[in-house]
Amino acid sequence: MNVLIWVAVALIGGAGSVARFLVDGAISSAVGRDFPFGTMAVNISGAVILGLLTGLALGHGEALLAGTAAVGSYTTFSTWMLETQRLTEERQYRTAVLNVVVSLALGVAAAAVGRLIGAQL
Amino acid sequence: MPEPAAEVTVSYPAGSSPPGRARLALPRADRREIAAIFAGGAIGTVARAALAEAFPHSATEWPWPTFGVNIVAAFLVGYFVTRLQERLPLSSYRRPLLGTGLCGGLSTFSTMQVEILKMLSAHAWGLAAGYIAASIVAGYAAIHLATALVRRVRVRR
Repeated sequence: MNVLIWVAVALIGGAGSVARFLVDGAISSAVGRDFPFGTMAVNISGAVILGLLTGLALGHGEALLAGTAAVGSYTTFSTWMLETQRLTEERQYRTAVLNVVVSLALGVAAAAVGRLIGAQL
Repeated sequence: MPEPAAEVTVSYPAGSSPPGRARLALPRADRREIAAIFAGGAIGTVARAALAEAFPHSATEWPWPTFGVNIVAAFLVGYFVTRLQERLPLSSYRRPLLGTGLCGGLSTFSTMQVEILKMLSAHAWGLAAGYIAASIVAGYAAIHLATALVRRVRVRR
């Protein structure tokens, strides 16, 4: 694995993180911030894209750059958990549980649909 | 006199768009904020990708690289965000660099979902259930612990 690949991983990871910030901000300002829809939209859209890449059965280098670096950095586990924990601090337990359960259900479903589409291409 | 920590809520600014006229619009972001997110995200992503490359695993083995970075990133984001919001003076680039960038780039949701999907496809039901439960419980606990650790330190004014 050469240096160039890792420079690309860093640049793509930076870009994926900026994309997450912009999409999260756009969704949150459009539909409101009572529920963390922004993070959910990012995570579900990322799951469908990574599922699609999985279905395509890419080579090792391509999977590292497009999957691990690009889509991996675009989606986030840490913010999802932070928002869930902050909801419980505000005693919004139902919303917190909903945030976890809906993200997981939609996330796995999105990955499955993506993989199905990818396998057809 | 220090403000009680419980009064400080999530960072969401209230009422950013009038009801009924909600439109998709890019958030106003300055270049420094974007650069900070880019830099943090680059570092976090390289760390996560390096671990994934160093510790490959089959679909029916416990995904230690993803699980590890997710729980570490959860602890770090709890620490950074709580400290930045409740203990340190306002800073325009630390949260984008450390929270949105570093922790966001280090952790991943999509890889976790595809790993769960592959476990389900391989009929490894118990592994999938255990992976989901452990990630949620440990991720939540990590943030709770990091937040509590920061709040134990008295505010200095």
